[in-house]
Amino acid sequence: MRILKLIFKNAFRHKLRTFLTVLGVTIAILAFGLLRTVISAWYAGVEASSASRLVTRNSVSLIFPLPVSYKEKIRQIEGVKVVSFGSWFGGIYIDEKNFFANYAVEPKTYLQLYPEFVIPEGQKAAFFRDRKSAVAGYKLAAKYGWKIGDMITLKGTIFPGNWDFVLRSIYKGRDETVDETAFFFHWDYLNETLKQKAPGRADQVGFYMIGVTNPNLAADVAAEIDKTFKNSIAETLTETEKSFQLGFISMSEAIVVAIQLVSFVIIIIIMAVVANTMAMTARERIGEYAVFKTLGFGSFYISALIFGESMFVTTIGSAIGIILTFPAAEIFSKKLSTFFPVFNVATETIYMDILASFLVASVAAVFPAWRAVNIRIADGLRRIG
Amino acid sequence: MDDTPIVEIRKLSKSYRRGNQIISVLNEISLDISRGEFMALMGPSGSGKTTLLNLIAGIDRPDSGTITVGGIDITALSETELARWRASSVGFIFQFYNLIPVLTAFENVELPLLLTGLSRKDRRTHVDMALRVVNLSDRMDHYPGQLSGGQQQRVAIARAVVTDPMILVADEPTGDLDRVSAEEILELMERLVHELGKTIIMVTHDPRAAKKAHVIQYLDKGILNAHPQADF
Repeated sequence: MRILKLIFKNAFRHKLRTFLTVLGVTIAILAFGLLRTVISAWYAGVEASSASRLVTRNSVSLIFPLPVSYKEKIRQIEGVKVVSFGSWFGGIYIDEKNFFANYAVEPKTYLQLYPEFVIPEGQKAAFFRDRKSAVAGYKLAAKYGWKIGDMITLKGTIFPGNWDFVLRSIYKGRDETVDETAFFFHWDYLNETLKQKAPGRADQVGFYMIGVTNPNLAADVAAEIDKTFKNSIAETLTETEKSFQLGFISMSEAIVVAIQLVSFVIIIIIMAVVANTMAMTARERIGEYAVFKTLGFGSFYISALIFGESMFVTTIGSAIGIILTFPAAEIFSKKLSTFFPVFNVATETIYMDILASFLVASVAAVFPAWRAVNIRIADGLRRIG
Repeated sequence: MDDTPIVEIRKLSKSYRRGNQIISVLNEISLDISRGEFMALMGPSGSGKTTLLNLIAGIDRPDSGTITVGGIDITALSETELARWRASSVGFIFQFYNLIPVLTAFENVELPLLLTGLSRKDRRTHVDMALRVVNLSDRMDHYPGQLSGGQQQRVAIARAVVTDPMILVADEPTGDLDRVSAEEILELMERLVHELGKTIIMVTHDPRAAKKAHVIQYLDKGILNAHPQADF
C-alpha cells in the first residue's frame, strides 16, 4: 500500500507538469479514438453486409444500367432465393449540401433481403400500398424533422425534375451497425414517370440484390449469373455484398491508410511527451532513488515507482480521453452523418485505446527506470544538496 | 564498549578513473572498529573519508582488500545480498537528511521496515519507539518541509535506528545545521552509543563534532592515522 501511496503522491509533486501531461494524453487518446472510429465508420458498410447477399451490376461500370428483364432469368438460377433491384436516385433535398443516400427499389423483395431495417408492420403495409410513398431512416427523419405523412420533395440530378414522396415509414436499425440515414421509394414510381418523360431510360435498373439459399453457394451462384448474361447487350458482374462494399472503399484506400498513419503518429508523439515527463521526473529524483537503494530497496521497487507513476498519469489521461470519445463521437456523428451514416465507437477502439495507453506508459518509463536502477548509489547521493 | 571488532578492514584500496588518469583514494588501509565505538573520520576534502564510509556501509565496492562487518565479508556479497545486508545491518545518517518529501515523518521512519516483513502493527510499534528515542513523537504526521533542519535530522536518525542495525554510518550529520541543532544531534548520537550500545562511524570536518567520538581517525593521501582526542 505504501508504494501505491508514494506513486500517487509523487505524481502530484509537480501539479502543473502532471496536469499538462494528463491533458496531452487525454487529447491524444481522444484523437486516436476518433480517428479509429472514422476508420471503423469507413468500413461500416462492409461490416453490415451479409454473406448471403449478392450484388449484380453492369460489368462495364456501376453507372451503366441493366435491363429489368434480367430479374426473372436470375430468379431461375439454382441457389437464388430472392431477387430485388434498384437504382441510385441521387436526389437533393432542398439544397445540395443536404446529401443523403436515396434509392428507387422494388419494395417487398428489398425489405425481405434487409431484415435489419426494422419497420412497424402497419407502416410497412402503408409503404407497400402507396406507390408514391417512401421510407426514411430514423436518423435522417430526425435530422430534417420528418414525420409520417409528410410530403418530401427531392430534386433529381440523374433523373431531372422535382419528385414528391409521402413518408409512410421510418425504419430503425436492428443494431447499431445499420445505417439509419438512407431513403428509398418505389422503383415503379420512377419507372412509370420515366416511361412518360424519358421512355428510353425506362425499364432499366442500376443493380440487382440477390439473396442466396446458402452462403456457401454464393460464389457458384455469382458465377452462374454472370455466365447467363455473357455476350448479352449488358454483361454482368456479380459479387458478394462485402466485395461490392470493399470495392467502394478501395477507391479511397489512400485516405484510410493516411488516417491510420496519423492515428499511430499521435501515439508516438504522446509517447515522446510522457517519456520526457518521466525522464525529467527521474532526473530530479535520482537522489531519492539512491536513498531507497541505500536503505536496501532493490531494482524492482525503484522500477515499480517509475513505471507506476508513468502508468498512473497515463491511465488518468487515457480514462478521461476514452470517456470523452463517446460524446465527441456523438457530435461527429451528427455533424458528419452525410459522410458517415454509422459512426459508433467500437469496442475494439476502446481496447486499442487501452493498449496504446499501456504502451505509452511502459515505453515512457523504460529509460528513466533503467537509469535509476543502474546509477551507482554514491553518484546518486552526490546529486543531493 | 566491547573490544571485539565489529568492523575489520584489511588492505583496502580504492581508486577512481578521471579521464585517462587513475586517482588512488584509499591505499591498503587496515582498520578495526570495536562494537559500541563512536569513531570520527576526519581529513581534508577529497581525502577519501566518504569513500571509506561508503565502502564500510556497502554502497560502494573496493578495488582490493576485505571488509568484514559482524563476521560477514561484505566484499564477497552480490548486489542483491549486499542490498539485503544493508537493509538489516546498517543505519544511514546523511548530511542533507535525505528524507522523502512526500512522506510524513512516520512514513519516512517506516520505510526500512517495509523490507522486513513485519506486520503493520509491529511496524507502528517500532516507528513509535524510534520517534520516541529522538523525541519527535509529536511530529510524526509532519512532512519534512514542515520540520526544522535539526528535526529533519532527528527523523533521519530515527529512520537509521528503527531496524536496530549493527552499525550506524553518518556522513557530516551536522554539516547542514546551526550550532544549537548540531549540538542536539551530537548529544543524540552519544546517547545512541551509551544507552543503546550502537556503533557509529561518522565523517566530519567539525572538530567539535569529532570531540564527541571515542576515537578519531585522520585520513590523508589515502593513509589512515589514529589521533588522540587531545589533538583536536
